Amino acid sequence: MTMLSRDELKDIITGFVPEAEFPEGTQLPEVVIPAAKLTELMEKLKSDSKTSFNYLISHTAVDFSTHFTLVYHLESVEKRHLLVVKVKLEDRENASVDSLAAIFPTCNYFEREVFDLFGIRYNNHPNLKRLFLEDDYGYPLRKDFRDEVNMIER
Amino acid sequence: MTEEIIKDVIVGENEDYIINMGPQHPSTHGVLRLEVCLKGETVKYLIPHIGYIHRGIEKMCEANTYQQIIHLTDRMDYLSAHMNNEAVCMIVEEAMQVEVPERVKYIRTILDELNRLASHQLWWCAFGMDLGALTTFFYGLRDREMILDIFEESFGSRLLHSYNTPGGLMWDVHPNFQNRIKEFIKYFRKKLPEYNQLLTGNVIFQERAKGIGLMSKETAIAYGVTGPSGRGSGFACDVRKIAPYGAYDKVQFNEILRTEGDVFARYEVRMDEMVESLSILEQLVDNIPAGDFTAKMKPIIKLPAGEYFKRVETARGELAVYVVSDGNKNPYRMKFRTPNFSNLFVMNEIASGYKIADLIAISGSLDLVIPDIDR
Amino acid sequence: MSSNIYDFSTLTGAIHTWLSGLMSPGWVTFTEFVLIGLVFLLMYALLGLFLVYLERKVCAIIQNRVGPNRVGKWGLLQTIADLIKLLLKELIPIRKSDPLLFNLAPFIVIICSFLAMAALPYGKGLQAIDFNIGVFYVMAVSSLSVVGILLAGWASNSKYSLIGAMRSGAQIVSYELSVGLSLLAIIVFSGTMQLSGIVESQANGWWIFKGHIPAFISFVVFLIASTAEINRGPFDLAEAESELTAGFHTEYSGIKFAFFFLAEYMNMFIVSAIAATVFLGGWMPLHIGNWEGFNQIMDYIPSVVWFFGKTFFIILIIMWFKWTFPRLRIDQLLNLEWKYLLPVSLFNIVLIAFLVLMGWHF
Repeated sequence: MTMLSRDELKDIITGFVPEAEFPEGTQLPEVVIPAAKLTELMEKLKSDSKTSFNYLISHTAVDFSTHFTLVYHLESVEKRHLLVVKVKLEDRENASVDSLAAIFPTCNYFEREVFDLFGIRYNNHPNLKRLFLEDDYGYPLRKDFRDEVNMIER
Repeated sequence: MTEEIIKDVIVGENEDYIINMGPQHPSTHGVLRLEVCLKGETVKYLIPHIGYIHRGIEKMCEANTYQQIIHLTDRMDYLSAHMNNEAVCMIVEEAMQVEVPERVKYIRTILDELNRLASHQLWWCAFGMDLGALTTFFYGLRDREMILDIFEESFGSRLLHSYNTPGGLMWDVHPNFQNRIKEFIKYFRKKLPEYNQLLTGNVIFQERAKGIGLMSKETAIAYGVTGPSGRGSGFACDVRKIAPYGAYDKVQFNEILRTEGDVFARYEVRMDEMVESLSILEQLVDNIPAGDFTAKMKPIIKLPAGEYFKRVETARGELAVYVVSDGNKNPYRMKFRTPNFSNLFVMNEIASGYKIADLIAISGSLDLVIPDIDR
Repeated sequence: MSSNIYDFSTLTGAIHTWLSGLMSPGWVTFTEFVLIGLVFLLMYALLGLFLVYLERKVCAIIQNRVGPNRVGKWGLLQTIADLIKLLLKELIPIRKSDPLLFNLAPFIVIICSFLAMAALPYGKGLQAIDFNIGVFYVMAVSSLSVVGILLAGWASNSKYSLIGAMRSGAQIVSYELSVGLSLLAIIVFSGTMQLSGIVESQANGWWIFKGHIPAFISFVVFLIASTAEINRGPFDLAEAESELTAGFHTEYSGIKFAFFFLAEYMNMFIVSAIAATVFLGGWMPLHIGNWEGFNQIMDYIPSVVWFFGKTFFIILIIMWFKWTFPRLRIDQLLNLEWKYLLPVSLFNIVLIAFLVLMGWHF
C-alpha cells in the first residue's frame, strides 16, 4: 500500500525507459516518452509490483498546432498514486501510435473517440471505427477544423 | 406504455440472429442503440452504438468562458448536474488559488448529496418499471418531488440549476433551506423501508436479479467501471474517500462495497448509498457556517498557463476534468472523462450468455445516462 | 337452506309462458335465443367497459394517484371515449400475410370467451346453458383461445410476433394443467361436474371452508395458474416483453386490437367467475351454521349480487397482483409450473381423494 513519491516514480520510470523526460512544476507527476516506447512502458507500469498502475482513468489528445500530444492518466488502485504519461506526435497528416487496447480494455473506446475527433490512428486496434460522427465528417477537435454550415466564427 | 421500436432483422451467414434495440426505447435510458446477437434466447454478444446526442461539448468549451462552461456541464449527466458544475468550479478555483468560504463548501456538499439522492430515486423507479413492477415508478417520483421542490425554492429550477460559479455560488440559499431539508430527511427515512418492502424483498425480483450480470473486480478495474456499479463488484473507487473535496473530510460516512458483482449487489449498493446520503445530510445541515456565499473573483477569469486535473464523485461514478490552458479566457482544451462512457462498454462482457430479459435488468443496474456518454 | 333466496326461474318461467301465448313453440325458442343472445352481448360489452375502467382506477389507487376523472363524472365515460378512438383508427393491412388467418384470429379469441360466459351460473335460476359436464366444457372452450393467439402471431408475418405468440402459447398450455387439476379437486369433493350441481352442493357452506386445507391449496394454485392463463399480472412477459419485441397483437390496430384487449379483460372475468363458483359458492349466500336470523338477512341479498360480488372480489385480487409484482422471465415462469405447481396439485388430488374416502371434510 505504499504510495510512491514523485522522485521515486521518476527513478523507476527512467529504469524502464531511459529516454523519458519529466517536466517540472506540474500538478501531477508527468512523464513524456517517445511514441515507440509507449507499449513497453505501459506494460511495465501495469505489471511491476511497485508501481502497479492498473486503472486507466482517461486518455485523450490535445492539438497544439504544430504537433499532437496524447495524454494518459493512470492510477494504481492499491497504492493510490497518479501518473500522467504524454506522447508527442509530430506528424499531423499520418499521426499514428500503438494501441493499448490489449493492456487496458477501456482504452479501446477512448482511442476510438480520439480517432473520431482528431484523426489519430492506432495500430493493432481491434475495431478502429468512428464512435460519434459520420464517416465523412472530418476531425472536429483539430484546431484547423472549419465547418461553414455548423460553426460560427466570431 | 406506447412502444415504438424500430426493428430490423438481418440473418447473417453463420446464422447470427441480430436484433436491434433501437435508439427509441420504452425504458428511460436515453438514445442508445444496442445491436444484440442472439442464439435462441441467449445473448451471444452485443455492440452498443452511440452518438445520437453528441453535441460537441468539448469543442464548445474551447469557445466559451469558464462561467459559460458551467451551463454546458449541467447537460452532460443531467441527473448529477450539481456535481458536474462543482468539478469545473473547483478546477478553476484551484488553478487560480482562490480559497472558497466554508459556507460554500458545506452548501455544495449538501447539494451534492441531495442530487445523489434524487438521482438514485429516479434510478429506483425506472429500474422497477423496467422489470415490470410499475408501481415503483410512482413511489420514487413522489418522494423525489420533495427534493426538486427544495431546489426550485432556492435556485429557481428543478433539474439543471447551474447554481455553482467559479468562486462560490450564484446567490445565497433561501432562508427555508435548512428546515425543508430537515423535514425531508425525517420524511424519507420513514419511506425508505417501504421501498425495500416493495421491491428488495420480493422473491420474483430476487430471482431476476441475483446471479445475473456478474462482473468481477478485475473486469471493473480493467473497464474503468466506477461508481455504484463498480462498488458492487468490490472496486473501492469512491472519490469522496480517495481525494476528498468540499466538506467531505468533515463528515463520517461509509463507502458501500459489495463483492458479489451481480445485479442485486449493484442494487443494494445504491439503496445503501441513499441511507448514507441521508446521514451525511443530517451531519451537515445544522452546521452550515455563516459567511459569504462567494469569494471575490475577477469578472474575466484567465487560468494561468498549464494543465489541471480534478475528480469528483457523481451519482454514477468518477467524473474527471482535464484542462489545458494557455492563459486566455477560454480553455485551450477541456476533456471530461465521464463515468457513463466507461460503464456502458462493459455491457458486452457482463451481458453475454444471459437471456434477453436479463439484458434489461443488467442495463438498468448499470444506471446509464446517455448524454453523458456522447457529450 | 338456501331455498329462501329469490329464485329467478319464476321470472324466466313467466316470460316463457307469456311468449308461448303469443306464438308457436318453434318461434318461442327462436325468440328466446335472440333475447338471451342480446342480453349476453350487452352484458359482455358493459362488463368489458366497466372492467377497463376499474383496472385504471385500481391501478391509480395502488400508485397513489387519481386515475381517469375528466371524461364524465368520476371518469366513467373514459372507456367509451377510448372505444370510439379505437373504432376510428385505420385498419392497417399487412402485406404478405395470410389475410384470412390475420382477420380470423381476433374473432376466435372473442368467440371462445363468449362460449365460456354462456355456461356460468349468474344467480339462482339464471344459467343459460347447464351442461352436465359444465366445468369441463368451460375449460375446454377457454383453451381454444390459444389457437387464436397462435394464429395472430403467425399471420402477422413478423418474427417478433411469432416469438411472442409461441411463448404465450407455451405458457397457456402449461398452466392449463394446473388449472384443470385444481378444479378437479373440487369436482372430487362435490361429486359432479355440473356447475349448478357444484353450487347446490355448497348450500351448507362454501367449499373453501368445507374442504379446509386441500381446498385452500387448490384455490391458491388456481389463482396463480389462471393469472398465467390469461397472460396477466406477473406472467405478462408475452405482451409486456415490448421492451425488446412486442407481443402477438402488435400488428393489429383499431377494432381488431380492441377485440384482443376486450377478450383479455373478459377472460379475467370468466376465470374469476369460475373461482367464485367453484370455491366460493357461486350465488350461494354466506350462511353460518344455525344462525337463522343472520341467514335470513343474507337471503334478502339477491343471488346475482352475491355472484358478482364474489367475482369482483377475486378480480380485485388479480389486479392487485399485477400492479405490485415485477415480471417473471419465461424460463422462471415455466419452471414454476412444471417444478412447483404441478407436483403440488397432483399431491393435493391424492390427498383429497383420501379425505373424501375417509369422510374427513365438512
